[in-house]
This record gives sequence, structure tokens and C-alpha cells, in this order.
Amino acid sequence: MADASSQIARTVPTRRPGRLSEFWRYFRENRGAVMGLYVFAVFAFVAVFADLIAPYDPTAQFRQHVLQPPFWQAGGSWQFPLGTDPLGRDMLSRLIHGARFSFFVGIVVVVVAATGGVIMGLLAGFAPKWLDTLIMRLMDIILAFPTLLLALVLVAILGPSLINAMIAIALVLQPHYVRLTRASVINERTKDYVTSAKVAGAGLPRLMFVTVLPNCLAPIIVQAALSFSTAILDAAALGFLGMGAQPPTPEWGTMLAEAREFILRAWWVVTFPGLAILVTVLAINLMGDGLRDALDPKLKRS
Amino acid sequence: MLRYILARLITFVPTFVGVTLISFAFIRVLPGDPIIVMAGERGMTQERYDELVQRFGFDQPLYLQFWDYLTGVVQGDLGRSFITNRPVWDEFFTLFPATLELSICAIIFATLIGLPAGVIAAVYRGKFFDRALMSTALVGYSMPIFWWALLLIIVFSGNLGWTPVSGRMSLMYFFDDVTGFMLIDSLLSGQAGAFTSAVQHLILPTIVLGTIPLAVIARQTRSAMLEVLSEDYIRTARAKGLRPARVNGLHALRNAMIPVVTVIGLSVGTLLAGAILTETIFSWPGIGKWMVDSIFRRDYPVVQGGLLLIALMVMIVNLTVDLLYGLINPKIRKR
Amino acid sequence: MALLTIRNLTVEFATASGAFRAVDSVDVDIDRGEILAIVGESGSGKSVSMLATMGLLPWTATITAERMEFDGTDLRSLSGPARRRLIGKDIAMIFQEPMSSLNPCFTVGFQIREALKQHLDLDKKGRQARAVELFEMVGIPDPERRLKAFPHQLSGGMNQRVMIAMAIACKPRLLIADEPTTALDVTIQAQILDLLTDLQKETGMALILITHDMGVVAETAERVAVQYAGQKVEDQPVTDLFARPHHPYTAALLAALPERATERRLPTIPGVVPGQHDKPVGCLFSPRCKFADERCRQVPPPVQPPAIGFARCHYPLNVPAEVETA
Repeated sequence: MADASSQIARTVPTRRPGRLSEFWRYFRENRGAVMGLYVFAVFAFVAVFADLIAPYDPTAQFRQHVLQPPFWQAGGSWQFPLGTDPLGRDMLSRLIHGARFSFFVGIVVVVVAATGGVIMGLLAGFAPKWLDTLIMRLMDIILAFPTLLLALVLVAILGPSLINAMIAIALVLQPHYVRLTRASVINERTKDYVTSAKVAGAGLPRLMFVTVLPNCLAPIIVQAALSFSTAILDAAALGFLGMGAQPPTPEWGTMLAEAREFILRAWWVVTFPGLAILVTVLAINLMGDGLRDALDPKLKRS
Repeated sequence: MLRYILARLITFVPTFVGVTLISFAFIRVLPGDPIIVMAGERGMTQERYDELVQRFGFDQPLYLQFWDYLTGVVQGDLGRSFITNRPVWDEFFTLFPATLELSICAIIFATLIGLPAGVIAAVYRGKFFDRALMSTALVGYSMPIFWWALLLIIVFSGNLGWTPVSGRMSLMYFFDDVTGFMLIDSLLSGQAGAFTSAVQHLILPTIVLGTIPLAVIARQTRSAMLEVLSEDYIRTARAKGLRPARVNGLHALRNAMIPVVTVIGLSVGTLLAGAILTETIFSWPGIGKWMVDSIFRRDYPVVQGGLLLIALMVMIVNLTVDLLYGLINPKIRKR
Repeated sequence: MALLTIRNLTVEFATASGAFRAVDSVDVDIDRGEILAIVGESGSGKSVSMLATMGLLPWTATITAERMEFDGTDLRSLSGPARRRLIGKDIAMIFQEPMSSLNPCFTVGFQIREALKQHLDLDKKGRQARAVELFEMVGIPDPERRLKAFPHQLSGGMNQRVMIAMAIACKPRLLIADEPTTALDVTIQAQILDLLTDLQKETGMALILITHDMGVVAETAERVAVQYAGQKVEDQPVTDLFARPHHPYTAALLAALPERATERRLPTIPGVVPGQHDKPVGCLFSPRCKFADERCRQVPPPVQPPAIGFARCHYPLNVPAEVETA
């Protein structure tokens, strides 16, 4: 009779891969996601080192060079590679600094919304029924308002500024985390490993944060990636409506709002900020899709 | 089914009160005294100020103010605009058809393209068409629509001169509101060219507003179809020797429609958020532009009432979607 | 003459970590009116080979075969429309999970009439009459009312009867039943098996019964093919197989039947069927076989002649004296 050791020796050595490397393999297989990751890395790099990369101060005005086109068009020069805006400020420098604001918005909104949302979701999942109902009703109420409208009114109350826009967006995005977390907590709570932790004497905080939370992380991570891009989009929209970052801040949405009246005369002041938003948001969404496919075993190819 | 409807209706009431409370609370915590804002730059005497405080009931305790507001809301009284002095309710219903017309066109546009695109992508999963379509959908999904609108204006209004830049109707035509829908009213007016003008004005806003729902519907249809296509009953349908068109278009799509209808319904909230941007850019005289203008004018009763009515609309649509969900899902219907 | 002939059928699935061979050079033969049972553990590729015959495998599957003929028609080169005229009519199949195998959005009546509409020249009235007749044949009481029901309103056993009615709707010459009773209650299992054998006798169709249950085999089948890890390891008439199993795997399966146990403890087969990542080099059964030696572990075994039940083994059991092993 074949003993255990000879069984293992006979097997062809294609071992089942580990969890992290398996995740990376699925992620890497998705070429779009990897491309998104690279673009996002560049975006983060530009955001962090904007001061060093940008050729000019983003608010410096070169009055002799107002509305100069990009270098490849007649009248353009390498001095201002992407041209200048109506006040003679260098577009490239402003776009580079704009990355910093968008990145900042994304990070702050995701951290605030996710922290608040996950804690509330955990609470709702573990709380007695009345508290659960209360929290979920509250979230239903917030979700009944279109996000941008609610953010707009909140900013109108708090006063238009980038910080207030971030607070408003974080508040508006929070219910999604609450719902998601609660749903996975309720799903996990009935499982045997939670019961055994309870039997072993784990307290409620430990049960919530150490036992259950790590097992609910996959959808939360995906949601974080998706709300990063939503935050950037909404902040830009608020800036565009004049309720976000205020001029002369080189925030992409605000830049677009300033450039609106020149759309038919100087295409570059309109095209580049929007393109910057689109590319950034697209990269993050690509990444988010890759994350979801790699983390969600249900959608994996069998 | 009746119990299902009742259960949904019961959760509607507290949400409604909550939404009213939030719209109420927002305005009462606004910095700046609304009455001083109302007075504007002319200023006002102390007597006039006191009189107005009393008229708006601002001297009452907050809970009484809320009670008054809530009872007013239930009776259809949302107060009057500070600026025009017209009832908020009337203003809303004058402007609502414009938004409704635009939203309906946008959702039809999004569904007509998004649904078949998603089905075809799922059926040819992994092939070139699927990749191309889903990449495009992701770009659409990531689109800052205010920028997209500007680009379309540059190309179609600026360079090509095909479409007007703003408004709902060329100034050359004038006719009475019958339904509030330009497409219908222009036909009823019998004026040659009016209908064409209405269509031309609608095209760009429809595309802009429909872009994100289109991307969402295409992606959702594809993933719902993929899930359904791996179900056992699809294998059964194929084992019967049915044509692929029937297997995909009837057996799979009928099941995939259940989540997709939900998504289409839920995109109404997105649509209203998008309407704020779209209407502002195209000077479309609907409730989105109305809200933005009122926020800038600090016209508090309008902001308050508009917020409430829009939230109410989203809630009603969500409720309808839920009921519709019960209707198209036999597992819930027959119980 | 054989109704279905398959030679050297191999099915591979493309997975994220390389190709997975689910079916490995399998031969299948069945005559008109015969009942063949294909037996094996889960993952032995018994369903996959039949799904390949029907052309129902997903696009990730690659199918190769030397011969694949149904009643003289080459199934390999069949065009889509020609295949669809054949399956559902001449070859029909029923599946393991009756609850999920029927479309939840349509009434069972619609789903049966749809099959009739696809293949037979009946008018609306005729289809309804035939549907009622079919429901009576499979023993569903009150057929007019039941035809209007949705699948989730019927029990599992009732749904399986619906599936059978749908499969035999167009009088197929071959019915493939893929573990038709696995998902059902024990009392219902026997009823469904009786129904299948009765229908087989009545209509004279051939029946392929895929199962992992040796008890089911003994009661219903005329001939048995045993599959292990994608390969056919033995093929014999049912009485011979129970009397003289040639492959150690078959022998072990039979020994594990409670009614044949000789000791107090029920014998089991140690280990599990090898998966994608741990396929042995030699005989696939060698890690679990109590007769295996070094040759078994290194060299893939040959297929023995018919007299030794086509056993895929180096050292077949119960070999008659006059027969030479390969």
C-alpha cells in the first residue's frame, strides 16, 4: 500500500500557490488593472513632488504670454509646453499642482468615509435590532438625496472651500461603506469561526475588529478604490460649480470653471484639466475593477 | 405581493419624515440670518425685521417650527421663494417637466444602447468586441460629464455648428405650454421647424446626461448576463436545441433583467445629480439649474423645498423600482 | 449496431493555472434500447464526457476525439443548426439539480411547450395536449394546473419529473440522465429511477445513467463503465462486473457497498481523486491502490482486452485462466 510520503513524491510539482501571490497573479492577468496601477503611481508621484517637478509657480502670471497655445501649435513655444491660461499662468505647472489637490481630496475622503462607515457598519451588524434599524434608516435618508446635490447644499452651508467640499463628499459617500460592512458582517457573524471565538471568550470589541472585520475587508477595499475616484470627480464638479476649491487654486475642476468662457477660442485651457481628471479617474477605476476581480472569488474564472 | 407592498410602504414613512427633517435642519443651521440676506443691500428697519421674524415663525422654538413645516409639507405648502415670492411648489412644477423630459430622453438613450451592448459583450466574452465595449464603458463611467459637455459643445456647436449651445427652443418659435414637454408641445403648436429645433436642443444634453447611466447599464447588463449564462437552466435551454439568439435573448436576458431593472431605476438618483451639472452648462431651465441658482442666491425656502422634493422623487422612484422588482421576479410575485 | 460510438475522447479546460484534462481518452459505446451506467466519484469526468457529446461545454473546453458518431452522424463536424436539430430531439439530457435546471422566470408549461415547438410540427392546441399527456406519463397529478406553475412552486422530485417530461417530449432515441436522483430525497430517488426504467422500456430508447451510486447501477443498468480521474478504467455487463471486477478500483468500490461488506467495519478507499495539481505520472489510481508497485507509479497502464473488461491496469484482478493480459 502506498504510504503518504511516496504519494507526495509521486505528484507532479505544480503546487497550489499561496493567497497573496494568487491575488497578484489574478491582478497581473488583468492588463488594464496593471496599467491603471502604473498611471496611479505616476499620479501619486506627481502629487507628492509637485513643487520639484513643476517648471513654474502655479499662480505666477506671465502677462506677455496670455492664452499662448501648446508648443506644437503655431504661436506656441517650449517655454510653456501646454500653453498658458487667460491670466498667462503656465498650464503644465497648474495641472501638476492640481494633481496634488485631487490626490489629497481622494485620500482624505476615503479615509474619513471608510473609517466612519466601517465603524458604523460594524456597529449596525452587531448592535441590537433597534440601533441597527436606526442606523440603516439614517443611511437610507442620506441616500435619498442625490450625492452631488447634498454635497452642494452642505458646502453652501459650510462655505465654499476645498476642505468643506471634502467633508461634504465624505459624508455623502459614507452610507455605502455602512451598508457594505453591515451586509458582510451579518453574513460572517453566523459562521462557525465567529461562534468559536465567542466561545473562547473574545469580547465584543475583539470580536468586531479582530475576528470579523478582516474577513469583510475585500469588498471594502474595492469600495475604497471606487470612492477614491468618485471623490475626485465630485470635488472637481463642486469646483466647476464654484462651490469647491476657490480660484486661484489650481484645482482641475476650478480650472475648468475659469476656462469656460474661452472654450471656443482656446481649446487647451478646457481640454487639459478635463483630460487630467478623466485619466486619473479612469486609472483608479481600472485598478478598482482589477482589485474586485482578484479579490472576489465568485467572479474568478473556474 | 400585497404584504410586500405594505412592508415597503411602512419603511417609506420614517424615511420621509427624516428627509423632511434634514432639509429643514440644513436651512436652520445655515450661517447668516436668512432675513438679512432677504433684505439684501438695502438693509431694513428693526420693526420690519421683527415683523418678518414673526411672519416666518423664527421666534418659535425649533420643534414647533419643524412641526409647522412638516404639516405644511403634507398639505403641499413649501413656503414662498424669497426672490420671486412665488410658492416653491409652483416653481418646482413649472420647471419639473423640463428636467423630466431631459431625464426620460437620457434614460432611453442609455438603455437603448447600454442594454444590447452589455448582452452582446457577455455573449462574446473575452473577444475583441467585449474588450472594446467594456473599455469604452469604463471611460464613460469615469467621465467628468461637465468636461464632456464642454468638449461636445466645442465639436458640435463650435466647429460643426450643428447644435445650439443652450436652452430648450429657438427664440424664433413661441407657443403655450400644454404638457411642458417641448417635444410634444412643439408638435401640437403646428409650427414648422419647431419640433426639429426641440430635438436639436435636446441632443447634446441627452448625450451628456445619459453617458454615465449608459456605462453603468452596459457594465451591469454584462455582469448579470455572465452570471445568468453559467446557470443550470441555460444549459437546459441549450440542451433543448434552442437557437443561441433565443437562449441568450429570452432565457438569459429575462433573468438578467431583474438586477438590470434595479440598476436602471437606481440610476435616477445619479441622473438628478447629473442634471445639476448638465442643466447648468446648457442653461436648461429645469430643477437642477433652479437649485444651483437658488443656492447661489441664498433663496432658502427654495433650497429647502427643492431638496425635499428631489429626495422625495428619488424615494418614490426607488419604491417603484422595488415594486417592479417584485413584479418581474416570479419568486416574489407568487408567494 | 451501436447508436452512439465515441473513441478516444479527450476534454481539456483552460484554467488560470494551465490546461486541466477532465476527460482522458475515453471510449463510449451504447446500442439501441440499452441501459448503460457510467460510474465514478465526483470529478471523474463522467458528466463532462456526456456534455461534450451534447456540445454543451463552455468555450474554455477543448474537445478532441477520434470518432464521435450518433447513428451514423459525425458529431464532431456538425454545424450549429444541424446539432440543434439533433439535441433536444434525438438526444436528450436531464441534470442533477432539478431546482436550478428549470428557468425560474417561466412556467414549467412554457418550458415544455417550447421544446415541442422547437422540434415538432404541432399547433398550439397540439402542444398543450402533448404537454398534458407527458405530465401524465411522468406521473404528475392534475397536469393542467401544474403546467401553469413556476419551478419554485414545485418540489424537487416534481421538478425532476418535469425535466424528464421535457427530455422525452420529442421521443428521443438516447436519453442521458446525469445523476438524476442525487439531489432528491431517498424515497423520491427510487420513484424517479423506476420512472426512468419504465419509460425506457415503453419507448425503447437507449439510456445512459451517470451515477456514483453502485446500488443504483445494480438495480437499473445492463452494462457498466467505471470512470476514474477522467479515464475509463473498466467496462463490463452489470452481472459480470459485480461477480468479477477486474480493476482494483472497481473492486474497492464494490467492497465499499454496505450490503457486500464482510467485516464489521465498512472498507473505504483511502485518499481522494487527484486534481489538477497532483496528477501521478503512472497509473492515476496508483496512490490509492493497495496492489500498486513501482511499475504502476512510473508507467501508465495499458487497456486490457474485452475479456478482461477493458481494465486500464497493469495487474488486473480475476483474470480467467485462458486469457492473456496485455
